[in-house]
Amino acid sequence: MSESEHWHFKGPLKLLNQRAFLMAEIRQFFAARQVMEVSTPVLSTKGNTDVEIEMFVTDGLDVENSQAFLRTSPEFFHKRLLASGSGDIFEIAKVFRKGELTALHNPEFTLLEWYRLGFTLTDLFAEVCELIEHLNAVMQARPLTFKTCSYQQLFESYLGINPFAIEVDELNDFCTEKGYVGSQLTRTEALDFLFAVAIQPLMVAADGKSLVVVVYDFPIEAAALAQAHPVYGDRCLRFEILWDGVELANGYQELTDAQEQLERFQQDNKARAQKGRDQLPIDDRLIAALAAGLPACSGVAMGLERLLMCLLGQQQIQDVMGFDANNS
Amino acid sequence: MSVYSTSQFKNGLKILLDGDPYNIVENQEVKPGKGQAFNRVKIRNLKTGRVIEKTFKSNEKVEAADVMDTEMQYLYTDGEFFHFMDPNSFEQFEASETAVGETAKWLKEEDVCMVTLWNNIPLTVEPPNFVELKITETDPGLRGDTSGGGSKPATLETGAVVNVPLFVPEGEVIKVDTRSGEYVGRVKK
Repeated sequence: MSESEHWHFKGPLKLLNQRAFLMAEIRQFFAARQVMEVSTPVLSTKGNTDVEIEMFVTDGLDVENSQAFLRTSPEFFHKRLLASGSGDIFEIAKVFRKGELTALHNPEFTLLEWYRLGFTLTDLFAEVCELIEHLNAVMQARPLTFKTCSYQQLFESYLGINPFAIEVDELNDFCTEKGYVGSQLTRTEALDFLFAVAIQPLMVAADGKSLVVVVYDFPIEAAALAQAHPVYGDRCLRFEILWDGVELANGYQELTDAQEQLERFQQDNKARAQKGRDQLPIDDRLIAALAAGLPACSGVAMGLERLLMCLLGQQQIQDVMGFDANNS
Repeated sequence: MSVYSTSQFKNGLKILLDGDPYNIVENQEVKPGKGQAFNRVKIRNLKTGRVIEKTFKSNEKVEAADVMDTEMQYLYTDGEFFHFMDPNSFEQFEASETAVGETAKWLKEEDVCMVTLWNNIPLTVEPPNFVELKITETDPGLRGDTSGGGSKPATLETGAVVNVPLFVPEGEVIKVDTRSGEYVGRVKK
C-alpha cells in the first residue's frame, strides 16, 4: 500500500467523541473552580534545559534570533502569567518532544497543565485525584483505587532499599541484579532505572480495579522547577501520579527563588554538555519573572492522551490518537 | 569488532553479552518524563536457547555477535560430531550434539541444511523443510487399503519415527515435513 493511502483517521471514530467529551468535562471542572483557561505561545526563542528532553528547533521568530524552539511544556509562560497577576490558570497545550516515540510516547502530544495559587503540594495532588476520579466516573471506566506514598516508601515497599541512604556503588550492583547492562550509572540514572523497570510494571492492582498512585518527595536531583523540601535537604516538593504503572502527571510546589532556578538551569546545561547534547538558551524572562515575584503556588502537567488511554483501558497511546507520528 | 547502538535494536538482531551470542526477541523503550531513557529487551541465548531480560541505557553501544546463516551439505557423523561442508568454499565444519539437537533425526548424508555459524562454530542446524527418507521398520501393510483412516508408526533410516498410513510398506521412501514431523506422501522412484 502506498503512503498516500494511509490518509484516514486510524481507529474508531467514537474516539473523537470520547476526546471531545473529556475536554468538555475538564473545562467544566476548572470553570467550577474559577481556574481560567489560557493559551500561550508554542514557539519560543528560549529553550528548556531539561537534561533528558530534546527540543524541536525551527527558524527564528525575528531578525535577532536565528532559531526558535517548539515548547516541551507551557510552564515558563504560565509562570510569567502568574507573576504578571493572572491568578489560577490552566491550558490544554500541544507540546513537542523530539525522539520520543514508543507505545507510551508520541513526539507531539497534549499536556493539561494548571497552577493554583496558595496550594501546597498535598492540596494539588488531592485536586488531581479529584479530577481523575470525576473523569473516571463520567467516562464509566473501571473502578479506581487510590494510594499515596513517598518516593522513599515506594522503594522500600517494592525493592526493600532506601533510595536516599544507599551508596551509589551498591545501587549499581542492585541495578545489575535487576538486569541492567552497561556503563556505571549515576545515582539519578540508577534510581530512574529502578523506578521505570523494576517498580512501575508492578504498580497494578490485583483486584481488577485500576490503581492510581501518588508518589511524592522526589530526590532533590530530580527537582527541576520544584522547591527543595523544607526539612529533608535531599528531597524536593515534587509528585508524580501513575495509573497502573503508567506515568500520568508530574507536579511541583513551585520554586520561586530566581537565583536558585538560574543555577539549576546552568547545572542542566553543564550536564547536557557532558552527555554530548546541545546547550540551550536559558529563559531569562522566566528568571526575571521569578525575581519580580512568583506568588506561592503549585502546578501540575498531565498527559491527556495517556489519561484517555487509561480511561478507555487501552495499552498504547497510538490506540487513542488516530493521527500519530506514523501517519502525520 | 562491530557494535550496535540501542537505537538500532529490533527483533532478530544478534548481540554479544558476557561472551555469549544472543538474539533480540523483544525490544521495549522506556522513557520517564524527566529521566534517563532505557531499552528493555528480551534476548535468547543462541547456545542454550534460554530467554532472559536485560536493560540497556539508551544510546549506549552493544557488541554485535558475528552470527551468519549458511547453507551447508551434511557429510557424516563420527559419533561425537556432525560434519558439514560449505558447498561454495568446500570448507568443513563440525557441529556438536548440542548444536544439532533434535535436527539429528532428520539428517541424511548430502542433504542441505541451514547452519548458523558464530565465530566459525555451528550454533544451530536447521534441517530442510522436507526430507525424503526410507522406512527401515514398520508393521506389514494392508496392501490395497488406500482408503485412509488408520495410521501406524514407521522408523526411518535416520532413526526418526513418523506416523504413516497403514498401506505404506517397509522399504518405501517417503516425504516428511520436518517442521511438523508429519508424513507428506510416498516418493515414486
